[in-house]
Amino acid sequence: MLSYAARRMVYAIPIIIGVALVCFMLVHITPGDPLVAVLPADASQELAQQLRVAYGFDKPLPVQFGLWLWRAVNGDLGNSIATGRPVLAEVLRAVSNTVTLAIAAAIIGFSLGLFFGLVAGYFRDTWIDKVATSIAIAGVSLPHYWLGMVLVIIFSVELNWLPAVGAGPSGSGAWSWDWPHLRFLVLPAITTSVIPMGIITRTVRALTGDILSQDFVEALRAKGLRETQVFRHVLKNAAPTALAIMGLQLGYMLGGSILIETVFSWPGSGLLLNSAIFQRDLPLLQGTILVLAMFFVILNLMVDIAQAAIDPRIKRG
Amino acid sequence: MLIVLSRIATSRTNRAAVAAAMMTTASLVLLPAAAGAETVLRIGMTAADIPRTLGQPDQGFEGNRFTGVTMYDSLTMWDLSSADKPSVVIPGLATEWKVDEADKTKWTFKLRPGVTFHDGAPFNADAVVWNVEKVLKQDAPQFDPSQVGVTASRMPTLASARKIDDMTVELTTKEPDSFLPINLTNLFMASPTKWQKLYEAATGADDKAKSQAAWAAFAKDASGTGPWKMSKFTPRERLELAKNEAYWDKARVPKSDKMILLPMPEANARTAALLSGQVDWVEAPAPDALPEIKQRGFKLYANEQPHVWPWQFSRVEGSPWNDIRVRKAANLCVDRDGLRDGLLAGLMVPATGTFEKGHPWRGNVTFEIKYDKAAAQKLMQEAGFGPNKKLEVKIQTSASGSGQMQPLPMNEYLQQALAECYFDVKLDVIEWNTLFTNWRRGAKDASANGANATNVTYAAMDPFFALVRFLQSSMAPPVSNNWGFINNPKFDELVKKARQTFDPAERDKALAELHAASVDDAAFLYVAHDVGPRAMSPKVKGVVQPKSWFIDFSPISVE
Repeated sequence: MLSYAARRMVYAIPIIIGVALVCFMLVHITPGDPLVAVLPADASQELAQQLRVAYGFDKPLPVQFGLWLWRAVNGDLGNSIATGRPVLAEVLRAVSNTVTLAIAAAIIGFSLGLFFGLVAGYFRDTWIDKVATSIAIAGVSLPHYWLGMVLVIIFSVELNWLPAVGAGPSGSGAWSWDWPHLRFLVLPAITTSVIPMGIITRTVRALTGDILSQDFVEALRAKGLRETQVFRHVLKNAAPTALAIMGLQLGYMLGGSILIETVFSWPGSGLLLNSAIFQRDLPLLQGTILVLAMFFVILNLMVDIAQAAIDPRIKRG
Repeated sequence: MLIVLSRIATSRTNRAAVAAAMMTTASLVLLPAAAGAETVLRIGMTAADIPRTLGQPDQGFEGNRFTGVTMYDSLTMWDLSSADKPSVVIPGLATEWKVDEADKTKWTFKLRPGVTFHDGAPFNADAVVWNVEKVLKQDAPQFDPSQVGVTASRMPTLASARKIDDMTVELTTKEPDSFLPINLTNLFMASPTKWQKLYEAATGADDKAKSQAAWAAFAKDASGTGPWKMSKFTPRERLELAKNEAYWDKARVPKSDKMILLPMPEANARTAALLSGQVDWVEAPAPDALPEIKQRGFKLYANEQPHVWPWQFSRVEGSPWNDIRVRKAANLCVDRDGLRDGLLAGLMVPATGTFEKGHPWRGNVTFEIKYDKAAAQKLMQEAGFGPNKKLEVKIQTSASGSGQMQPLPMNEYLQQALAECYFDVKLDVIEWNTLFTNWRRGAKDASANGANATNVTYAAMDPFFALVRFLQSSMAPPVSNNWGFINNPKFDELVKKARQTFDPAERDKALAELHAASVDDAAFLYVAHDVGPRAMSPKVKGVVQPKSWFIDFSPISVE
């Protein structure tokens, strides 16, 4: 097992270097000038060259990549061109906000998805099933940003119950799980949760149907168990699959959603990416993409190792 | 006392009286507190991040508006007190200035006495020299390349600064340049004393790293001389500014206790934040929400900004715009009032040049830019075009971008309008930064994709930005933004005259002459001026929206 885990970690190294290379090149092959963020359009050539040297953009690309990778390995992703602040601190702060949002959305998505899926599966082909299935389809079909705007119009503008934008009350410092902060989380978390909710509903519905048609359910009923006890067995069988799907969805959510975070001005990695793209802030863009890509690589690595630990056949494959 | 009160309180007959007495006492105690409650102005900006706070803001003039003219002052400043007159330059941290008659590259500035930075350090000639060197002197400890781009290009001729005495400083330009006092509105004075303390406390591998660390620390705990002081800063989330009670201009000590700036890049999010009462003021609300904003009792402010939304013509060999009849025809073929009242819901001012009537640099324009389709068609026919022989022109634009207003719908409007005057307009839509980069590279560069006009909006605050960089032949790429390689000896002569006229009134006359010449030559297709719309709660009082990119937050109160 240990040797398998070590081998998987070694395999991850070229993947990480590849990811880093792609991050680096993606932003360099796009048209435009990386100094646009700090250089007004009427800047002289002399000034442009002076800043190009100051930021190291005058060096050949392989040299720039090597220096960037070396610094990244040492935990230095450089400074944002636009703000001068260290990229790593910027990214970590944004990621922590995105993690907060993803956790809240995962809880909502998982709970509602499991509930609707079980209900739909249990009452298959009845009007209850149709309602639950319609909600699931709407969840995966409705554009996120549109739903976010609708929720804002209803709950912020019309009813004035919840704030429309931001991640905390004015003057507050770090995030805390109290109502003054949580009320800022409600609308973006609901909006973010609809896709995993829809996917989990559909999966659990199908799963519940399968489980209910299996012999052991008939046996439970034949033994005289009450329907609530039978339901508990169905839940036990369906929940792990729902959890596995939620795990995958959590990975996507950690990547941040540019649209949702922009609609709600939620200061997470999605909004940071949006800002970096519009300001053409290359170090910030590279750093954000790299950190998010690393999340996926590490998450995949952990899943692979965990699967191997559970199922020894995987190690042989 | 408490025992007596409790005994009285236990008596049934006296309970009501005691309650009434306690309520009266409580209200008397609480009243002064309520009357003295902190007043806070909350603003939703269009920026995705708080503009840089270390003295020279980024994010264009939105940066100067929020973290420049609030926390910092400059030697010369814009007069933002009138909504009717164009903003003009007035004394700021300098009370007076004059150019050396014998050597017109040298200027003497007398500094305002009694001014202190937010950290208590005095403002003096050393501070001015230090601030000039932070962006011009590469071997100065405080030199910061990240501040150079947004400063040096806005004062392209400034070469150095020298202290004469504590309250007098001499600035030198590379060539005689009467625009210097106007350019200096962009050089914000940060506290050298505060920076030095941070520099001494900083750690780093070398002096350069220590300097960078000191600037990073300064950005988190800024110190200028402005009417607002930094009180709390959370990058990308909020900047809180407290009023500077000790501000040197007593008339401009802020009326609100605090101002909170919140980045909200999405127009609908800003609008929702305003309508739900989360903020008191938003910049650029969503245009389609304007009727609802007004209907709910919110106020909308807008005023002509020194800003032009143009087509900048290519004048390279073979360009169709080399024929003045074609340039004039395009200018006469656009119904700007229709564009304003329809597509833009009133949020533009029709452009008939870079400056409009009433502006000191307008001049005696003889070519009247207006909607006259018949005259435009006649000009086109004289130039050899007609319904069966249309003139094909290619325009490069972007789908979005700072100051671009609504580039695609607006260009489609022009496309449709010009079709009636025998133009066949092809749009080449590219990404904003790519368009911006090409603006410096010019019409001859491959990145222009063969376009013979570019649609990049421009600020018209000062003569260099508004006129010189487009009209002077030596400003052709790669030097500056004469994208279309205009080469008109008359323009060059008038630029030289304006630059070398040092009496302000005479300089204005020379600039007016230059502007009139450019309009008479139909140098651009002038379309619109932005109006900087902002919506706010009726609780916000004392707003004066000047004809400027900036606004003075000092007289604004929140009831």
